[in-house]
Amino acid sequence: MSEKSIFENISRAPTSQRASEIEAGPKGAIGGTVSVTIDGEKMKVPLGTTILEACREMGVHIPTLCHHEDLCIAGVCRMCLVEVEGMRTLQASCAYPITAPISIRTHTAKVRRARRHIIDLMLKYHYGECYACGRNNNCELQSLAKEYGVDYFRFGHPEKPMYEIDRSSHSVVRDMNKCVLCRRCVRTCIDLQEVGVLEAIHRGEKTIISTYLNKPLGKVVCINCGQCINRCPTGALRANDPTDEVWAAIDDPSKHVIIQTAPSPRAGIGECFGLEPGTPMTYQMNTALRRCGFDKVFDTNFTADLTIIEEGSELLIRLYKALVEKDESVALPQFTSCSPGWVKYLEHFYPEMIPNLSTAKSPQQMFGAVIKTYYAKMHNIDPKNIVTVALMPCSAKKFECNRPEMCDSGFKDVDYGLTTRELGKMISEAGIDLPAMPKSDFDDPFGTATGSGVIFGATGGVMESALRTVIELVVGCKVEDLFDHADIMPVRGFDGIRYVELKIDNVGPVPSIVSHLVPNWDWLKGATLKVAVAHGTANAKKVLDDIKAGGKFSECHFIEFMACPGGCLGGGGQPIPTTPEIRAKRAEAIYAEDSACEVRKSHENPAILQIYNEFLMEGPCGHLSHKLLHTSYTARGKYIS
Amino acid sequence: MNLMTQQERLRSELEELVERLGTERSSLMPILQEVQRKYYRISDYAIQVIADLLDIHPVEVHAVVSFYSFLDFKPKGRFVIRLCRTLCCDMANKDRVARQLCNDLGIQFGETTPDGKFTLEYANCIGMCDQGPALLVNDHVYTRVTPEMVNQIIVGCRQVFGLHATQQPMEQ
Repeated sequence: MSEKSIFENISRAPTSQRASEIEAGPKGAIGGTVSVTIDGEKMKVPLGTTILEACREMGVHIPTLCHHEDLCIAGVCRMCLVEVEGMRTLQASCAYPITAPISIRTHTAKVRRARRHIIDLMLKYHYGECYACGRNNNCELQSLAKEYGVDYFRFGHPEKPMYEIDRSSHSVVRDMNKCVLCRRCVRTCIDLQEVGVLEAIHRGEKTIISTYLNKPLGKVVCINCGQCINRCPTGALRANDPTDEVWAAIDDPSKHVIIQTAPSPRAGIGECFGLEPGTPMTYQMNTALRRCGFDKVFDTNFTADLTIIEEGSELLIRLYKALVEKDESVALPQFTSCSPGWVKYLEHFYPEMIPNLSTAKSPQQMFGAVIKTYYAKMHNIDPKNIVTVALMPCSAKKFECNRPEMCDSGFKDVDYGLTTRELGKMISEAGIDLPAMPKSDFDDPFGTATGSGVIFGATGGVMESALRTVIELVVGCKVEDLFDHADIMPVRGFDGIRYVELKIDNVGPVPSIVSHLVPNWDWLKGATLKVAVAHGTANAKKVLDDIKAGGKFSECHFIEFMACPGGCLGGGGQPIPTTPEIRAKRAEAIYAEDSACEVRKSHENPAILQIYNEFLMEGPCGHLSHKLLHTSYTARGKYIS
Repeated sequence: MNLMTQQERLRSELEELVERLGTERSSLMPILQEVQRKYYRISDYAIQVIADLLDIHPVEVHAVVSFYSFLDFKPKGRFVIRLCRTLCCDMANKDRVARQLCNDLGIQFGETTPDGKFTLEYANCIGMCDQGPALLVNDHVYTRVTPEMVNQIIVGCRQVFGLHATQQPMEQ
């Protein structure tokens, strides 16, 4: 008797669940395949595939709400219910792994009624009218209601708000009246970002998504990354919107309104106008911004280049002190400081590592300080009449520009932080069709930006830019000699943590821009530069814990951290929705803009050389740049008072 | 003399508890139960210390405390009386018992006596459906409770546990 037939005889399991019916899968796959019948059509899927995945593969649409590609399975909203033959109750398809041959019906009367009732029940507790909501036309609850033909409130609809809107945070506004308890924000904040602001409190019908002890968002340990906003299916979480103030400044003739635009919004804003993700809108956006009434449109990439010079010089000083002067108090590895979400994360959770954080400000804040000093002087404008607006893919930048220490120009360096979504709204409000705009360039004197600045928008971009400059300044050869087309591929990609070693075999002469910092490069000859990249604060936490434990990352010299998954292009101010696929497309747009740039290395940017000649005359990390371009941090700790 | 503040004492107690019960996520429940047993509540400070020691977020501990009826953020009485309100006990005349409890203790359900001795609550089924009405006093089950028994139970509480045990000042 063969093994198979013995098994058949002794198995007491129902025929459909007998392991013998599962066939061996393709080579290399874990487990076998299993056959599944969806609405009468048969297909084979790998063992463990969820019903939802199987349906999507077959092109059968299943409505979902709590499901999100970046997050773990929750199975709480029950929108994706299907009928599984032989089971008494409906099953949540997102949370049902197929381990035995089954037959599924996706749109029987029972399923349709259950889904409709679920929507009706959610609407019972969903206060607000769609036309008075920031997510109008981009709301998953609204589209489900449309999909299922909701034309009346079967179980009623709240007539009065049930909760006060929490506006205590500079970045995130929380309106629990619109919450449908999908727990995407909870999973985002705890699993994806490891910050833990929100959780489902109480149980049953009393359940509510709450901060710790229901304290205002501005008082708890929140890093303002806004990832919860990007994943919220409704308008319950949104960014703090300053567009009214920005319009008021534009309408005030006495104000000189300047906008600086970061690299990521231009790769994402097209999505607000129905374009495919990853359609670059850089030059159309410049025209649109001028038509909106901004007096000058600058490229944040200019200060991204400046950041590379300042942060790179700071790294060289630290390395020199540690390796040559044997100063043991020098904090290494040096951490990047461009991502305000990451900076606040460190201040809260690892305050003892603040000395490792580069003191260089983020490009946004550097630009604010430069505009209200250098630019104001150059154009003879009273800085008090200058309003600087920063277009950022980020909600944490709104917090950053409101930090009390960010007033080094004598005024608030950056007046307003605007997200990609908010600018999209302003452009629509001005009646402008962005994709149809003629192209125009950035304004002088900061017009010329390099490819290095552009790639700040993607994870690994800061590191790549820094390496391009460090290689050329130290080794004295062209980056192109080491890496094809100066694309440093090892630091690119979407792996959560990346580690790269770079051996310095030869050293060149010390270039004039850093000659005041080090006498020669001989001390770096034969050294191995170790760098790492991490994105998403959950990954940052892994790296920091490794450093504390004395692991391999503690031997690094320079580590790039970005709070948001994917870097800035996946920021909390970017158009909604976000998925790994959308982020990859935005990254493509950013890297394409980089390779199209004439100048691709920060230290070759003529405007950078000019500002060091005319204004920051003591060079990188000199006295004036310390005053304007560097900052200090606050050890906040994680105790919630 | 040891001049530890209450917070410092609580922290070192929690550290000992975590040492004994482990830092796994699954250790959270036993830790919280111990704290509840000792302090009749789980305070804001205790939550934050436990979260810190277990390397999880305070809001997660808050969520667990709010989920379970036997864990409490607000101080509970030394004796928590939980009357079953489910169908069988209801049909066995639980309402009379409830009225008697309210009268004897001078509080409503969901409240704690001002001296911090008794808390009165409803519980859902406690599995004594054949012997209703049933109630719990802390971990102790009383079945076929009559209004007459209520008074005895309360007097018994005061005597069995001793006056001195209930007259300590509320901690935290």
